[in-house]
Amino acid sequence: MERTKYDFWVGLFLFAGFGAMLWLALKVGNLGAERTQATYKVEARFENIGGLKERGPVRSSGVLVGRVSEIHFDNEKFQATVMLAIDKRYKFPKDTTASILTSGLLGEQYIGLDAGGDSAMLKDGDKLTLTQSAVVLERLIGQFLFGKAAEGEKK
Amino acid sequence: MISTITESLSKLGNRAIDIVWRGGLMARFFFLVVVQSGASLRRFRLIWREIYFSGVQSLVIIMVSGLFVGMVLGLQGFQTLQNYGAEETLGVLVALSLVRELGPVVAGLLFASRAGSAITAEIGLMKATEQLKAMDIMAVNPIARVVAPRFWGGVISMPMLAALFSAMGVFGGYIVGVVLIGVDNGVFWSQMTSKVDWYYDVMNGVIKSFVFGIAISCIATFEGFDAPPTAEGVSGATTRTVVTSALTILALDLVLTAFMLRSYV
Repeated sequence: MERTKYDFWVGLFLFAGFGAMLWLALKVGNLGAERTQATYKVEARFENIGGLKERGPVRSSGVLVGRVSEIHFDNEKFQATVMLAIDKRYKFPKDTTASILTSGLLGEQYIGLDAGGDSAMLKDGDKLTLTQSAVVLERLIGQFLFGKAAEGEKK
Repeated sequence: MISTITESLSKLGNRAIDIVWRGGLMARFFFLVVVQSGASLRRFRLIWREIYFSGVQSLVIIMVSGLFVGMVLGLQGFQTLQNYGAEETLGVLVALSLVRELGPVVAGLLFASRAGSAITAEIGLMKATEQLKAMDIMAVNPIARVVAPRFWGGVISMPMLAALFSAMGVFGGYIVGVVLIGVDNGVFWSQMTSKVDWYYDVMNGVIKSFVFGIAISCIATFEGFDAPPTAEGVSGATTRTVVTSALTILALDLVLTAFMLRSYV
């Protein structure tokens, strides 16, 4: 098969096109950044998860250690069940506390892990017993107003 | 008075019927091209040549436009994000808007006006000078020999061009945001990587551009093949290619976005 002048340019074009796609997926997107690492799954139950979303970050001391892999509602205990996929490189004690926090004032919600003092480490499929729900602003304001009203009665 | 009203009404009706008629013709033409494309897929050299004409030759305009669009996004985004003290998310803004929407759509519009119009004019002129008829007489199917390679050339080129557009745009946003304005380099990229999902954002953009490629190529080849074989007819067909492609791209974009966001929530 003889070469034509198109071959070089079309080849270059296709390489550049696929290269751009790959670059977008790898450098701009998160392919390869987290997915290739092995994770273990831990379950946590919350009274209220607020605005937490699947694929939301799991942080400990501010460092990203995993992702929220699954959220569903447990219809027996009437609680939200959240599955956390934590990077295998990070080990946490069994009595770790999971709390739902907000980054900044208006930022996204994430799960913060605070390590406890237990010597046994979390394994795949374990349950976190110590959890702290998301703060619901309306309830907070309601409690504040109720408190103020109660103060007023005493006087 | 009444006669002018009925006349204009009947003209309107005529236009509507004509649009439906053309839609049906185009659908039939599309199936014909797909059925007849076996021969050109086996002789890949023909498609190769068309990728050169519609893809490689559109490279410069696509890449330069992408760079400018990205730079404008960087400037405008910075202005707004600054008010909320969120300049670091500039990379996310630039990358998401390019990868999800602007890349496929603007590259599609440029591709339709740069390559689509050329395809229409070429096929229309072949028809006007009776080259297509000559092929038919020689028992060469003009759809298999002329239309199908151009169609597939466009379909293959379009996702490449859209990806290059987005990549150049992100680079343009980087130049304005990091190099000129001084957003932190590391934060710019790390925020982008953490917020842009390779599947939901990047792959959906590629799917969009692929669908746009099919639409543009189908419209361009159809308009050329259907053009009245006169100088006027070919020029009208070229205009229709650009107008119809632009409208189709924007309408399809709405439909595709609605589908893709559904799976995202």
